[in-house]
Amino acid sequence: MTGTVSRQRAAAGLALVLLAAAAIVFPVVFSSPVITNYAIYALIFIAVVTAWNMFSGFSGYISLGQAVFFGSGAYAVGIAARDWHINGVGVFALLPLAAAVGAVIAVPFGLIALRVRRHTFIVITIAVFFIFQLMAYNFSFTGGSVGVAAPFLPWSPTTFNDRFYYITLGCAVVAVVLAVLVKRARFGLRLRAIRDDEDRARGLGVRTMRVKLAAFVLSATITGLVGGVWFLYLTQVQPPSGFDPLFDLSLVLMAFLGGLGTISGPIIGALIIEPGQLYLTIRYTNGYLSEILLGALFLAIVIFVPRGIVPTAGEWLRRARTRGKPAVPPASQRAPAATGLRSEEPATSDEGRSRLKRRPGASGKTERAGR
Amino acid sequence: MTVLLRTEEVHKAYGGVRALDSCTLEVEEGTVAGLIGPNGSGKTTLFNVITGYAKADTGEVYLAGQKITNVTPDRIFALGIGRTFQLTRIFASLTVLENMLVASSRGNAAARRRAMEQLEFVGIAGHHAELAGTLSYGQRKLLELAYVLVADPAVILLDEPAGGVNLSLVNHIAERIRELNAVGKTFLIVEHNMEFVMGLCDRVTVLDSGAVVASGPPGIIRTDPRVLNAYLGEDLDPDNPGEDE
Amino acid sequence: MARQVYQAIVDGILVGGVYALMAVGLTLIFGVLDIINIAQGVLVILGAYLSYSLETRLHIDLFAGLLITVPAMFVIGVAIQWAFIRRLRGRERTSMTLLVTYAVALIIEGILYEIYGPDPKQLNASYVQSSVHVFGFYLSDIYLYGFALALVLIAAIYALLYRTGFGRSVRATMQHETAARLIGIDVNRVAALTFGVGVAVTAAGGMMFGATNAFNPNSGYDLISRLLAIIILGGLGSIGGALAASVFMLTLESLVDIWSPEWAIVVFYAVLVLVLVIRPTGFFGRPPVRAQ
Repeated sequence: MTGTVSRQRAAAGLALVLLAAAAIVFPVVFSSPVITNYAIYALIFIAVVTAWNMFSGFSGYISLGQAVFFGSGAYAVGIAARDWHINGVGVFALLPLAAAVGAVIAVPFGLIALRVRRHTFIVITIAVFFIFQLMAYNFSFTGGSVGVAAPFLPWSPTTFNDRFYYITLGCAVVAVVLAVLVKRARFGLRLRAIRDDEDRARGLGVRTMRVKLAAFVLSATITGLVGGVWFLYLTQVQPPSGFDPLFDLSLVLMAFLGGLGTISGPIIGALIIEPGQLYLTIRYTNGYLSEILLGALFLAIVIFVPRGIVPTAGEWLRRARTRGKPAVPPASQRAPAATGLRSEEPATSDEGRSRLKRRPGASGKTERAGR
Repeated sequence: MTVLLRTEEVHKAYGGVRALDSCTLEVEEGTVAGLIGPNGSGKTTLFNVITGYAKADTGEVYLAGQKITNVTPDRIFALGIGRTFQLTRIFASLTVLENMLVASSRGNAAARRRAMEQLEFVGIAGHHAELAGTLSYGQRKLLELAYVLVADPAVILLDEPAGGVNLSLVNHIAERIRELNAVGKTFLIVEHNMEFVMGLCDRVTVLDSGAVVASGPPGIIRTDPRVLNAYLGEDLDPDNPGEDE
Repeated sequence: MARQVYQAIVDGILVGGVYALMAVGLTLIFGVLDIINIAQGVLVILGAYLSYSLETRLHIDLFAGLLITVPAMFVIGVAIQWAFIRRLRGRERTSMTLLVTYAVALIIEGILYEIYGPDPKQLNASYVQSSVHVFGFYLSDIYLYGFALALVLIAAIYALLYRTGFGRSVRATMQHETAARLIGIDVNRVAALTFGVGVAVTAAGGMMFGATNAFNPNSGYDLISRLLAIIILGGLGSIGGALAASVFMLTLESLVDIWSPEWAIVVFYAVLVLVLVIRPTGFFGRPPVRAQ
């Protein structure tokens, strides 16, 4: 058993190293700005979808307002650069501000929105999203419908894209690492417990509001940061682009496609959908076809792969591995009294009290051999 | 014997329905108390009020003399009252061990070991790595019992712990309760299984329509005409009760 | 100034009636199927376009055209529910149906763009521009008719729910789906038909909306956001609540509009957020004891 596990771990580790190497040399191999553009957008979405999944995927509270943080991060950098007269490379120092803005907005947002049921939560996120979009249009300091432009960066197109590639790669890596940490920690466990049965979790001592809020703020911080990066890349932001309803929908679609609550799911989902979506936007500048396709894709996913690619693929693998073997081995193969409960039933109270000395695994292992 | 858990004149109404009516109940420290009554008599409601899942309209709940009325469920848990649910509520997408870790105050190796011990105690340690959603009904009941133990509570409220499970499992559960009681835990158990209650409990309280109808040792309660009336209705001649149990 | 305020209130009430038509369908669907139909906004627009085509191609009067569009939308609603929503089950049902209806909305929107193009349209009829002068206030005819229509349809829905066998089945399903199943109610049929009714009402709402606003396929977004805010305010599942909330919100917006048109829209959502802070279940909402 342990042999297989460590072999799996080694394989996964190797794959990771190869992936990292590939990611790092990517812009060198594919140096055309057109291609790196696709990569940058894919990475942006990987980061944002991972961040979204960190909260919504684990807790089950589907948020359709992630753009609030994205756009706010973008505007924060733009407005700060404009008002504080920051130019050139120094503009990157404003990125922490974008992250901070995301966090600061998420606190009151979360305190209000996380007190209600899930249906209502989704709608509140939509409402807040629209409020922000409207504020962006109406306030003067956001530049109204003209928006804000980024300061000029004296880089050539190829250098520009290459540098942003590495920046967004960094963001994506940070997001994924954080997601892994959260999932492994008890924090992640509690989030998932909340998803399964929030009241029960509360009854078992989990401070649900704090846990939800923490995840929400973390997710918002990352998203705000990426929003700031996106702004610098695109060099401009306006209300409909900074607060774009399709943005939220796309990222949710990517997360669902990949599989909610998984780590690799958002990555796969983003890698599959974003290039395609970008292509359609560029090719058909009147985005109607992309809308129809996006919607149709959604429906196809819901019907055929409802749990997402990663969980479904995992299930197919499991089924393939155990094909032909019965789920419960026939009585002749089973060790006596090795069926579930009875295997652990202490024969007498003495045995029960000496449970510390008994190895729990013995009968458990024979029972699992047949699965 | 000191009284550990006490409810005093608790009233609770849902709209026009009086769920609890002047309900006064005492559980002495270190005893196993039973709570029985026909369906709809308010047993689960009383549990909900004690553990903070429902608000009492009037009346008080005391734990070791300290007022805990209307305290939220997570505080109740922290104060040392554990509670299971009639319809098992587990975290289906987490493994059995992870289920236990949700409730524990730490996630380190010591906590995992302790959780495994508790799983062993109830008898499902072999399933610790399986998703809780795949457990059978009886196994879920045991997991519910295990949850309760995580925080090492002083008082344990069990809502129909033997409901709908086979005979050997019922005995297994009864044994576990006796063992825990032997190390000083206090129990309040709601059950319909008369043999279970009578065999296990030191004292039995009977609820009917939200009010306490009788309270005493099992032997006395068993033959109390008020109890028979509560279960079988007023029309029945107490001297000739017909089928029971 | 006072006159402006009174006029705004009157306008708000009348417009609120129109919105109520659209919101009632949405809240009914939620009450019975426990799902939020994001496509409701775009379906309203679809209804508007249908009325538009009937009027421009076949010269059928707007109100008469309802006799065609309402059944048509009913069928469309049943089809959507049957094709996509019926199969959704399990824990993720809430979010899944939300996304599915969002997807359907996108598809319909895209198709509308293809057929009608992005230029705004508006429904026209002789009575659209005219108004009645009552007590010194201007009550535009179309809004009056629309308000009357709203009352009639809402009354019809009430009658359906409370006076018919079907309505009883619907209410039973709303309260306790499993119990309803156990007493022999075909819950799937109830769900499909209710969805159909909820969408059919949008035909009327669409016609009214199209007569009083310029619209294009993109108008669905703003509309659904408002409708969602309204039904949450009124309490998910409460028809009376939807009516009350529609009138309230539209009147409020109308009043704020006097002072600042840009902020009027923000107020709409701000009120939603504010109310939810104070009372998470809305004005008339049921507390979250939804039995399975």
